[in-house]
Amino acid sequence: MNDFETIRRDTLAAIAAASSREALEQVRIAALGRKGAITTAMKGLGALDPEARKAAGATLNRLKDEVAASLEAAAARLGEAQLAARLASERVDVTLPVAPEPQGRIHPISQTIDEVVAIFGEMGFTVAEGPHIEDDFHNFTALNIPPEHPARQELDTFYLPEKADGSRLVLRTHTSPVQIRTMLAQKPPIRIIVPGRTFRSDHDATHSPMFHQVEGLVIDRSTHMGHLKGCLVEFCRAFFDVADLPVRFRPSYFPFTEPSAEVDIGCSRAGGELRIGAGGDWLEILGSGMVHPKVLQNCGIDPGVYQGFAFGMGIERIAMLKYGIPDLRTFYDSDLRWLRHYGFLPLDMPSMVGGLSR
Amino acid sequence: MKTTLSWLKTHLETEAPIEEIVRRLVMLGLEVESVVDRAAALAPFRTAHVVSAEPHPNADKLRVCLVDTGTARVQVVCGAPNARAGMRGVFAPPGTVIPRTGLLLKESVIRGVASNGMLCSGYEMGISEDHEGIIELPPETPIGEGFAKAMGLDDPVLDIKVTANRPDCLGVRGVARDLAAAGLGRLRPLDTRPVPGRFESPIAVHLATLDEKACPLFLGRMVRGLRNGPSPRWLQERLTAIGLRPISALVDITNFLTFDVNRPLHVFDADRIKGDLVLREARPGESLKALNGRDYALDEAMTVIADDAEVLSLGGVIGGESTGCTAETTTVFIEAALFDPVRTAATGRKLNLQSDARYRFERGLDPAFTATGMEMATRLILDLCGGEASEVVVAGAVPAWRRRYRLRAGRIAGLGGIDVAQDAAKEILERLGFAAAPSADGDLEVEPPSWRGDIEGEADLVEEVLRVHGYDAIPAVPLERETALPRPALDAAQRRLGLVRRTLAGRGLVEAVTFSFIPAGVAALFGGGAPALRLVNPISADLDAMRPSILPNLLDAARRNADRGFADSALFEIGPRYDDDTPEGQRTMAAGLRHGQSGPRHWQGGSRPVDLFMAKADALAVIAAAGGPVENVQASADPPGWYHPGRAGTLRLGPKVLGHFGEVHPAVLARLDVKGPAVAFEVELDAVPLPRKGARGRPPLKLSPFQPVERDFAFLVPAELPAETLLRAARGVDRQLVSEVRLFDVYAGPEVPPGRKSLAITVVLQPERATLTDDEIEAFARKLVAQVVKATGGELRG
Repeated sequence: MNDFETIRRDTLAAIAAASSREALEQVRIAALGRKGAITTAMKGLGALDPEARKAAGATLNRLKDEVAASLEAAAARLGEAQLAARLASERVDVTLPVAPEPQGRIHPISQTIDEVVAIFGEMGFTVAEGPHIEDDFHNFTALNIPPEHPARQELDTFYLPEKADGSRLVLRTHTSPVQIRTMLAQKPPIRIIVPGRTFRSDHDATHSPMFHQVEGLVIDRSTHMGHLKGCLVEFCRAFFDVADLPVRFRPSYFPFTEPSAEVDIGCSRAGGELRIGAGGDWLEILGSGMVHPKVLQNCGIDPGVYQGFAFGMGIERIAMLKYGIPDLRTFYDSDLRWLRHYGFLPLDMPSMVGGLSR
Repeated sequence: MKTTLSWLKTHLETEAPIEEIVRRLVMLGLEVESVVDRAAALAPFRTAHVVSAEPHPNADKLRVCLVDTGTARVQVVCGAPNARAGMRGVFAPPGTVIPRTGLLLKESVIRGVASNGMLCSGYEMGISEDHEGIIELPPETPIGEGFAKAMGLDDPVLDIKVTANRPDCLGVRGVARDLAAAGLGRLRPLDTRPVPGRFESPIAVHLATLDEKACPLFLGRMVRGLRNGPSPRWLQERLTAIGLRPISALVDITNFLTFDVNRPLHVFDADRIKGDLVLREARPGESLKALNGRDYALDEAMTVIADDAEVLSLGGVIGGESTGCTAETTTVFIEAALFDPVRTAATGRKLNLQSDARYRFERGLDPAFTATGMEMATRLILDLCGGEASEVVVAGAVPAWRRRYRLRAGRIAGLGGIDVAQDAAKEILERLGFAAAPSADGDLEVEPPSWRGDIEGEADLVEEVLRVHGYDAIPAVPLERETALPRPALDAAQRRLGLVRRTLAGRGLVEAVTFSFIPAGVAALFGGGAPALRLVNPISADLDAMRPSILPNLLDAARRNADRGFADSALFEIGPRYDDDTPEGQRTMAAGLRHGQSGPRHWQGGSRPVDLFMAKADALAVIAAAGGPVENVQASADPPGWYHPGRAGTLRLGPKVLGHFGEVHPAVLARLDVKGPAVAFEVELDAVPLPRKGARGRPPLKLSPFQPVERDFAFLVPAELPAETLLRAARGVDRQLVSEVRLFDVYAGPEVPPGRKSLAITVVLQPERATLTDDEIEAFARKLVAQVVKATGGELRG
């Protein structure tokens, strides 16, 4: 029996001393291997008488279990130590900077148009478009601007070369010709907005030869000036995200609307800083009015039956006001610093449900 | 249109403060652009008395003045030749900012003598061009009073933006009439009594235009025995206040009537007229030396007034120098006519000649006021210059202007959105000068006044009532939707533009928006610059051609960014290209340009010069985002001329060109001064087919339970063989079985024979009925090799 105790003591001591999985394996082989001490002792049991064999067998089995458990515990311990050593050796400097990712941006004009479409889309408007190179009829005559009308002279029109028949095409001076194209192509009810490029031969600090407008047109049997006010008040408040934004309508003149109204929003200029909201001052942002009966007639729509309103505003202007962009000309400069500063993230999609702007 | 408050009050009896007047004007549609209180800047300046003026001990031209400011006596050194003891002048104490120069006045010592302020000239005050001497005020001027008040400058100047439809408000009286209609006071009566003629006019007037519309009415009258001196102070002050220079009584009277009652007239020096006056079209070759000193060549489209000898004035635009009034003038002939708006506008535009008269005639004047204006002018001339007036000579007649429109009972509510009682509407219209009478069937029969040529129908009447009643009073009503939920605002083609835009930005490109016009020379490099697409009146010579491509703009932007120190850029734009001048010729393009390095250097590497495959990837991403069948898009090495001929390509869907990609041609880069490398793409979005309507439902998803198998093959093929030929052959071996073919290596080097290259592919096989056996895979491999060899003229690489 003392032999067994010696095996036990030696083996457990060797397990405790093993400093690697390899050393531990040697201990296992020395104890439990084919020629190991315990295996050999097991084989020697056959020479004993039955009583002694039973007692020695039980002892040996216990010893075998104890050694096996000890080996397992030692293996786990050694595994942990080895992993810890590996982890220690794998250490890197986590303060190293990450690789730069390309930073794309959406231009403020595109983003602003998306915002405008999101708002008017909610009110049942659809987006219409038209050509930039227009003829006299769509850009002027059908809009009740005859050739010698003073308003036509004030529009600073770009002209293309005169054709053989004496006519000359123009770059559209406003998005209003799309009103005409839509009314000629489609029967009321009509409810469209028209964002797009417009052109005027004017170039200074506050004018660009190309800029963007959004036009709106509603034609049905019953829309009146109250609706015009309701629609545009809601738009201004939603766009500028000022729930109590004062909106003022005052009489004005456009050849294609009657009655006509300019729309102002409230602002404050206290301390030289422009702030949109109730503040005692006013800022003109768009023109509007009830569609002139002659314009309806020019489009084959009976003004005795149908009526509605139209409006137009500058995209750059409302973008400048909303986002504090100081200079109109910078919109077309393609200066990367400007585009990154004033531009929008690609996934920043305006919607009325998800919020128009952050 | 400018007026002063006191001028306005000569027509409008009101106690309303200026703020209220401005507010009402704005809400009437007469936008007040500015209210300038000239008194504010002049507040520190006071009237003063020069007690003594002694020679300066150290300077011949200076005087040392003792000035009584009303509160103190101060010493001032003054260089003005007219400074003398006893005079009344204008004193500015130290600390005053001089209006003209913006300089701060300080106490100083001039040549050894202390000077504690300044005696001011009209020039320094910003009220005249006279800087020879200091201002001399009348001897009765009280001392120590505000200078502005003493000079009648404490009268705010209103600048009103009059819209093109309201020429009646280009006179102070029209503005006053609107304010009175809005209840802000009472319109004072106008003295329109005719001045009796004392003799028959020796000069007759004749209308001889071929076009009757050119001028339907021509009035004239002589005034003789007058004296033309400076106009009185009240008249000079009014003209000066609105920015006009007083010239002489006769000239000032016509200017005054232009702005007071919106009636431009002309006054000829009658002694210089030869014979009668004829109003006719100009004859070819005729010219006029105008009052502004310039010569104008005239043509038949212009209306002139001529005597027996020559053209004397350009009707409705400007008078001529030969018959202009001078200090020696003693006999005048007053002309009042009704010139056609269209011809007046055309004349002014053709001659590039703007004038207060043209501005008014081209907007349309009150036809019934022509004779009244003549009487007012006569009375003023007699009052200010003396003399006696002839009878009025007349050619033509006042054109018919009376017309009636019906304002239906419910129309104000129906169009304007607010119910204004008919009585109230009638009253508003009448206060504006309209005649309004209820009709038997309950509507209003309305006749606009002679000065409201802009009123053309019922909608105008609604506006008149509403603007006086107040737009503020119209209740805002929500716009009801036709459907409970909004329909999509964008159609499929519009929606995908947004997807393309945000896809490109997601790929790291920054969106630009650039002009639709570029220099014609640059346009030619990109296949454009056709004469039909050149602007006749460009803003500058380098913005004269409608662009045939977005790329020149992006290249220009890349150059400018590089000049600013940002050589690595990735820009894109979604916008128009103009193929011709038709609506169909305007194509919507997505174009992008990558310039310099793909990114900044980094310790993990990854920065490399941009290459054409980046641009190709962008182009394919655009087509994919637009919903195009990318897998069917074929690339070929036939780019347009602005690309590198060997490093660029065209993308097609069948025969249809979708776009281009590749390196920009080095000659184009050099021409646009862009340092390479630069790669670009252009995709014509209109050419990418829209997904079929209703194709939203996807085909059923078939998931094979059997593992896919990958096999690699390398082929030696002719060096010039397009890789796509090989890939297409490999894909075509068994369309059921082959799920993917990937090219993973392109090699040409020592182990590859000259004129050949090695292309290595991975072929993915996806069985659907059973796991592939080795024999099946082997059979497939043999078939693939055979077909690829046949298609490419290559061989399997050993």
